[in-house]
Amino acid sequence: MSNRRSRQSSTASRISDDQMIDLVSKLRQLLPEIGERRRSDKVSASKVLQETCNYIRKLHREVDNLSDRLSQLLESVDEESPEATVIRSLLM
Amino acid sequence: MASLTNLNPTSTDLVRKKKKSSASSSSSRRTIADSVSDSEINARWRSEKQQRIYSAKLIQALQQVRLSSSAVSSSPAAQKRGKAVREAADRALAVSARGRTIWSRAILANRIKLKFRKHKRPRTTAIPAITTVVSTGSSSSNRSKKRRVSVVRLNKKSLPAINRKVRVLGRLVPGCGKQSVPVILEEATDYIQALEMQVKAMNSLAELLSSYSSSSSSSGGGSALPPPPI
Repeated sequence: MSNRRSRQSSTASRISDDQMIDLVSKLRQLLPEIGERRRSDKVSASKVLQETCNYIRKLHREVDNLSDRLSQLLESVDEESPEATVIRSLLM
Repeated sequence: MASLTNLNPTSTDLVRKKKKSSASSSSSRRTIADSVSDSEINARWRSEKQQRIYSAKLIQALQQVRLSSSAVSSSPAAQKRGKAVREAADRALAVSARGRTIWSRAILANRIKLKFRKHKRPRTTAIPAITTVVSTGSSSSNRSKKRRVSVVRLNKKSLPAINRKVRVLGRLVPGCGKQSVPVILEEATDYIQALEMQVKAMNSLAELLSSYSSSSSSSGGGSALPPPPI
């Protein structure tokens, strides 16, 4: 189904300035690096996009690290231990 | 315990929902549903409720990883397991998105693909045909819409650079490698918030687990979540 979608939209898409600015502004608000700055500071769309990529990469790294950590933690969990009880109780 | 062996994310989703509804009162569920529909799309991933839903799915997914890999415990398996956890965490995130976004559907579809062919999915490096056609006329003076103070500058000269960056961005968001500019930007907006929630949820779960493992040997350890009801 995603195939059909991508084919559809791979034809040239038209987007207006306003639309572009609107979408990029939304992204900017999410970025810790530049989203917190004063509103009056204008940031170039290019900069926002660059920071967006960096931020997603950073989040991916964090998820990777946390996955490793959780994997280690789970390995150390004994089936009869309190952690296992916690996990079970969270599942119920 | 029966639900732990269930490997289908959508059906476990249903199982969980059923359990939730029977556990919590129906009135509280209604109010939550109302507040969700009232809230802005942007707030979707930021609610505590969403994080709780995700945490539950994550724990469930992690249990499956544990069960499936408990037989193998050699040292190279540890790395594999980290990856398996990562995949499980992403799948849980995609399930939490309930198929409303391209990125979440892509994660789930990727998993099905992996099921049939075991090799890694080839990274699409093909350059998607994206052309940003900007309306003619000066960019800032004749706005048809309400004049909002924009916080973003759109430099006409940097359009090729912008396009390039959007394409890079599209490759970072699952399933968006070949999407159009507006779709990539919208998906990225949602995806970032989902990732933030994922990091938060995984962090608190890791903290919880480590606090329990440390409190079993020594004392202390702040409890982020209430103690297990026994």
